[in-house]
Parts: sequence; C-alpha cells; structure tokens
Amino acid sequence: MGTLWDAVVQALHLIVSLDSEVVDITWRSLRISVASTLLAALVCIPLGGLITFRSFHGKRLLINIIQTLYSLPTVCVGLLVYIFVSHAGPLGMLDLVFTPTAMVIGQMLLITPVMLGMTISALGAVDKTIKDTTLSLGASEFQAIWAIIKEARFAIVAALLLGFGRAISEVGAAMLIGGNIWRYTRVLTTAISLATTQGDFALALALGIILIGVAMIVSLAANMIQQRR
Amino acid sequence: MPLIELLDLNQRHGPRTTLKGISLSIEKGEILAVIGPTGSGKTTLLRLIDQLDTPASGKVLFDGRDVTPRLRTKVRRQISMVLQKPVVFDASVYDNVAYPLRVRRGDRKAIPEKVNTMLKTVGLDGYQKRKARTLSGGETQKVALARAIITDPQVLLLDEPTANLDPVSLNSIEELILRFNRDNGMAFVLATHEMAQGQRLAHRIGVMMDGELIQVGKPADIFYAPNDVRVARFVGVENILKGRITANEGGLARVETNGQSLEVVTDHRFGEEVHVFIRPEEITISLQAASSSARNAFSGQVSLVALSGPYARAEIDCGFTLVALITRRSAEELGLKVGQQVNASFKATAIHVISLG
Repeated sequence: MGTLWDAVVQALHLIVSLDSEVVDITWRSLRISVASTLLAALVCIPLGGLITFRSFHGKRLLINIIQTLYSLPTVCVGLLVYIFVSHAGPLGMLDLVFTPTAMVIGQMLLITPVMLGMTISALGAVDKTIKDTTLSLGASEFQAIWAIIKEARFAIVAALLLGFGRAISEVGAAMLIGGNIWRYTRVLTTAISLATTQGDFALALALGIILIGVAMIVSLAANMIQQRR
Repeated sequence: MPLIELLDLNQRHGPRTTLKGISLSIEKGEILAVIGPTGSGKTTLLRLIDQLDTPASGKVLFDGRDVTPRLRTKVRRQISMVLQKPVVFDASVYDNVAYPLRVRRGDRKAIPEKVNTMLKTVGLDGYQKRKARTLSGGETQKVALARAIITDPQVLLLDEPTANLDPVSLNSIEELILRFNRDNGMAFVLATHEMAQGQRLAHRIGVMMDGELIQVGKPADIFYAPNDVRVARFVGVENILKGRITANEGGLARVETNGQSLEVVTDHRFGEEVHVFIRPEEITISLQAASSSARNAFSGQVSLVALSGPYARAEIDCGFTLVALITRRSAEELGLKVGQQVNASFKATAIHVISLG
C-alpha cells in the first residue's frame, strides 16, 4: 500500500514538475495521433460523402464491412503494416519500419473504419430534403454535398475525436511498428507498458494519468460538440 | 414561346405510376395553381419541373430547350423551389438567404445589401443573426421564400406554401407571391390542396387527380364549369345529379333527374345522359315560395344543419337531396332546423352540365 501511495505521489510530481521524459513522450503521442487523425479525416470525409451520396451495387455490404472493421484488433493492424514496411516487405525500400511515420500510417489505418463509418452515419442522419433544397437553390452536385457535410459538421467532428481517442490509446500497433524507441517512437501507451514491466510505477502512473486525462478531454469535447446541436 | 413546356410526362415510383401523361405549358409571368387532393401527384410534378427527378418518360422544355442532364444546374438556377416542408440550413438567417447567391459565385460584395433588402421585404429585418432553426413555422416559411426569391428566378415553384400556417402568416405569404408576380413578372407554380388559395392567387388552375391532369383553366371555369365529377367534388360542388335532357329549346333545356325536372341553360342536346352540377352556395333557402328569378324551386324538408364558422350547411330532402351553403346569419334568421319545411331554389344559369361517360 505504501509503495502504491509513493508511486502516486511521485507520478503527480513528475507531471507537475513537467519532467522532460514525460513531456517528451506526451508531446510525441499527441503529434503522432493528431497527424494520423487528420490524415484519416482527409480520406474519410470525402470517401464518406461519396459512399453516402452515390448509389452502387454492394453499398450496404460495404457499409457492413466498414462497421465490422470498427473492432479491428490493433495488434493485427500493427502486424499488417509491419509486414508491408519491414525491410523484406513491399515497402521495405522506404525504410519506414520503427519510425513515427510508420506509426502514423498504422494509426490512420486503424481509425479509418470507425471514422468512415461514423461519417457515413452522420451524413445519413442529415435531413434528406437538405440535398433537394440546395439543388433547387442552384447548387451543383459538389456544392450540395459540401452543404450536407456542413450540416453534419458536429457529428463529423465527434467522429474525428473518437478516431483520435482510439489512435492515442492503442498500444499494439504502436509497439509493433514503432518499436518503442526512446526519444524517437516511444509514446504514452508503449512507455506505460515498458515502465510497468520495469517496475517504474511512478512513470507508468504519471503517463497513465495523462492518457486518461487526454481521453477524458476528448470525450468531453465530443459530448459538448454533440450537445451544441 | 412558353417558359416551361411539359410533354407527356410519366413518372413511376416502384410499381406505382404517379404521373400519367401530363402535358402543360407555363407562360412567363403567370401564376398557375396545381390543385388536387394529397397524393394526386402535385409534388411529383413540381420535382420534375425543378429537375430534381428524372421522368420515366416525357420531356421538360425550358425556354424551348430540352433540359439535358448537362443543362440541369443551369436551368435550376433560373427556377427556384420551396419544398413542402422547407428545411433551413443549420446556420444564421442571413447565411440561409445568402446561400443561393454564394453558390452562383456572383459579385460577393453585392450579397449583404441584397440579403438585407430581401429580409426587409419578407418582414424579417433584424433577424439576420438569428439561428434559422429556432424560428417559428411562419418565419421559417418566410426564410425559405426569401432564399428562393433572392436570385430573382424566372419561375418559383411552391409546394403547399401555406400548409400549417396561421391566417396572418398565410396572408403575408400570399401578398408576397402577388407582389413578386406583379413587380418582377416572376412566374409561379403553386401546388396546393386548398382550392380557395388557387382561386385567390392563380391566373390558371390545373386540377390533378390520381396522377392525371384532369382540367386546366381559369379559376372561374374550374369552380363553375368543372369537366369531370372528381374535379367537381374536389372544388366543392356538393350537388351532383345524374339525369337526361328531355328538351332543349334555344339553350334552355329540361333535365329529368330523380323524378324531378330542372331547367338548365346548356347546349347539350335532347336525349343526352348528363351530370348536373350545382354549387351549394347557388341554392337559396326561403320559408315562402321561391323568388321569381329562380327557374328551379323545390320544397322539401331540412334533414341536416351543420354550422361551420360563418356558414351553415343544410341538407334538404326534396325527393333528392340538395345541399345548400348559406350564411350562418341567414340560417338563424330563417330559424333553420331539422324537420322544417323550406323552399330551395336556384337559377337555370347556376347549373353546369356535362355529358355522362
């Protein structure tokens, strides 16, 4: 009990004193997850629009597959990306393995299904007459889709935040692809894992508190945005 | 050349045929009301005119040109439509009304003045910053109308523009329609299930039933000379009798119906089977024998009196049932009640006759 209490006190001290190790890991985590979220958004919003507004064979099936991929195991994504970027893999020449770039790609792949699925539901929830309204007011097809995306903006931002939350809190892919290299690819989750196995509970707890804090802020923001509607 | 020409339009929704062979012209600067019961195809028709849907067959010509998919946006920019349940964007009133100007990528600097002037016109000055979604039904309708009118389209399509509005909002919307028609020469096509609105606003009325355009004509023709029993019923002709012309001398004819004889002004010939239409407000009820100018007078017993606002509807059994619509005040003065013996009379010119079949 005493050891746990000491660890908590030390963890808080690490946070309050802005310990360079803690700051470094947190900052890297945020950067990688924000990058992967933004890249995923660049893919998901237009693609979500396309899937929502075009009718094609197998649309329902595609949406079902996307939804199934919500629970894609992070370690599997890690494995897949690892195979591709490892020196023997098809993208081996890019020398991406154990780099932050590879981690961004991995996280992006991981969160794309959930972000895409939620974007599709967000766009689908917009009043169908909005499209007719915009068209009858002289909008082109593209302008009409943009107007619908704007109508769904709160739900789409919530989808982005959810994606970010999944990206920053996953450990499997980050560990496999990033390799948990000190001051290079070590992020909150991989650092917590390592610190725990090494018995450095103070550091593990400090990073854990920060991770929970970030997750809570993100989910709070998502809720607030949803309620603004 | 008509502004819009519809050539033999047919539309299907799944297995259901929703429009059957509609051919119609809309002239520049005219107000055309399309009336008909719910589900008769009015909205389907407007959506085809506005290029929101593609017809199963038939053509829509705009300014004499066939509207190909490539021309759609261009044509839509000269037409505006206010949908039956207008939706406003989740944005300010200002942004809503500015939207059509922005998508046209015209002179951006001119937008604020245009929007403010338009909001003043529709009586929403000072609403610029209000969230459009927080407005009342009447205000939303006005925003939708302002948004549709601001580009000064050649024709504005209005789908049930005043359904569910209070009388004050209804009046102001109708005034706006008349004003834009008069001042800007804007053509209007308005779909309404309210025949009185068609009568108040329209230069011409088209009556739709079950996806077909049954009759198109001036309001007076539609109301006093319907060419079909369904149209007659819809426009409030409550007395529809079957009969046969038994004599016609110089246009003054006799029609035998239900064992009674009516005097009618008509060109229909001797021996023709006909439908006789008498509007309920054409029937006069009196306690004594009928006035001399009315050719047709029947005595009968009141079988029903129903009050409706300032009017009273009475059913009189004269061997056949006649429905009369009189003012509530007259009903009170006559002391009209069920079982009472009265005289019902109407002029020979108040009857419209069509061939049966």
